[in-house]
Amino acid sequence: MPDTSEATSPSRVTVMLTHALVRLFPDAQTTVTLEAATVDGLLNELDRRWPGMRDRLADTSPGIRRHINVFVDGKKAMLSTPLQEGSEVYVLTAMSGG
Amino acid sequence: MPKNVHLLVGTNKGAFIFDGDSNRQSWTLRGPFCEAWPINHVVADGDNGTIYAGGGNEWFGPAVWKSTDLGRSWTHSSAGLVYAEGETPINSVWSLHHAHGGLYAGVQPAGLFRSTDGSETWRHLDGLQKQPSRAEWMPGGAGLILHHILTDPTDPAPIWIGISAVGVFYSSDGGETWEPRNRGTRQDYAPEGQRYPEFGQCVHSLAMAPGMPDRIYQQNHCGMYVSEDGGQSWDSMEAGLPSTFGFPSATHPRDPDTVYLIPLNGDVLGRFVPDAKAAVWRSKDRGRTWHDLREGLPQDGAYFGVLRQAMATDALDPAGIYFGTSTGSVYVSGDEGESWDRIAEHLPTITSIETLVVEN
Repeated sequence: MPDTSEATSPSRVTVMLTHALVRLFPDAQTTVTLEAATVDGLLNELDRRWPGMRDRLADTSPGIRRHINVFVDGKKAMLSTPLQEGSEVYVLTAMSGG
Repeated sequence: MPKNVHLLVGTNKGAFIFDGDSNRQSWTLRGPFCEAWPINHVVADGDNGTIYAGGGNEWFGPAVWKSTDLGRSWTHSSAGLVYAEGETPINSVWSLHHAHGGLYAGVQPAGLFRSTDGSETWRHLDGLQKQPSRAEWMPGGAGLILHHILTDPTDPAPIWIGISAVGVFYSSDGGETWEPRNRGTRQDYAPEGQRYPEFGQCVHSLAMAPGMPDRIYQQNHCGMYVSEDGGQSWDSMEAGLPSTFGFPSATHPRDPDTVYLIPLNGDVLGRFVPDAKAAVWRSKDRGRTWHDLREGLPQDGAYFGVLRQAMATDALDPAGIYFGTSTGSVYVSGDEGESWDRIAEHLPTITSIETLVVEN
């Protein structure tokens, strides 16, 4: 379901990052509290804290990488998905590989 | 001064490093590094020993990994290693080449990038995307991969690249403009009468002769070739070899007439060493005559191939020759190919081998 709504003001959210991602950024934590208006803004905020993290999660399609899943309050999200105050965001790797 | 030799090995499940000495008889294996990502190429800056590993992970995309302590710790970056928004994203780094104070990266889909800050940030040499034939490039079996990069050791301007199923291209101006250099190389799978096109040939590897930057050897999907004019024209050197198909090529570190190939049994029968007997073929006269080198290599039941970047030489005297197989074995010759030892088996599929020689 496309989501074109725009959140105008940042919301304070809790982000859970997959261990596979945190391993790539030794200073990162698996649970992060931050402020962002959309998933796109959330990735920018992660990148500000840990430079390079956005490139690991999104590409220039533009979009979230094909084998990365972002869930906002239990629903699969896109870059444009807005965040609500208190939202829980999971950044997970998809089933993949061989 | 005693020297240490390090083999830098890329595999589809991480980078590995073998540590040895100038005898090249005893080796210690370390790895997997780079979080066991698929790593297509591992190279070193011979001046300071920094190691770079290029690859891409299905989850997290492409990156160049870097180690300044011979592999003990690694960082990674892909800052700037991107195409414009809306274009097909880069999914992997396929080749690295250190030259003239910078690092080049070839990627899939085919493109060339350069870093001048030790792989922290990258700049797209986007002239290749403006090459007039670009819209007609079609990916080969491994994708639209830019897998070989050559430069002139004495001049930073000329660059040669190889792209599977597209061919060899040359830039005289550091990557601003490019021209195809495939005259004389065949495309056997094209209709009769169309087998020598301007581009579309499937180059598998390129190797520059030492001290002779205009002499380039090429293993192609369809034949083995040598050029004496920087790739403007190519002559077949496949007579005397057991097939026209193979992937890697390597040159002797000092003798421009000596070249090594590993022909396989063709492109449709498994791509194994012919008759399941392994051999490295060496020419000492720039491809006019060939001799098979088999001592120490398996001569029964060898159903492996060797991929396009998986053979290398070192700069010692006598030269060491190294190759890694699709089945995860690494073979070493410390006597220029006369005899071989297997120093590892059961590694993941080996994509590349390069060497780093440092003073002990």
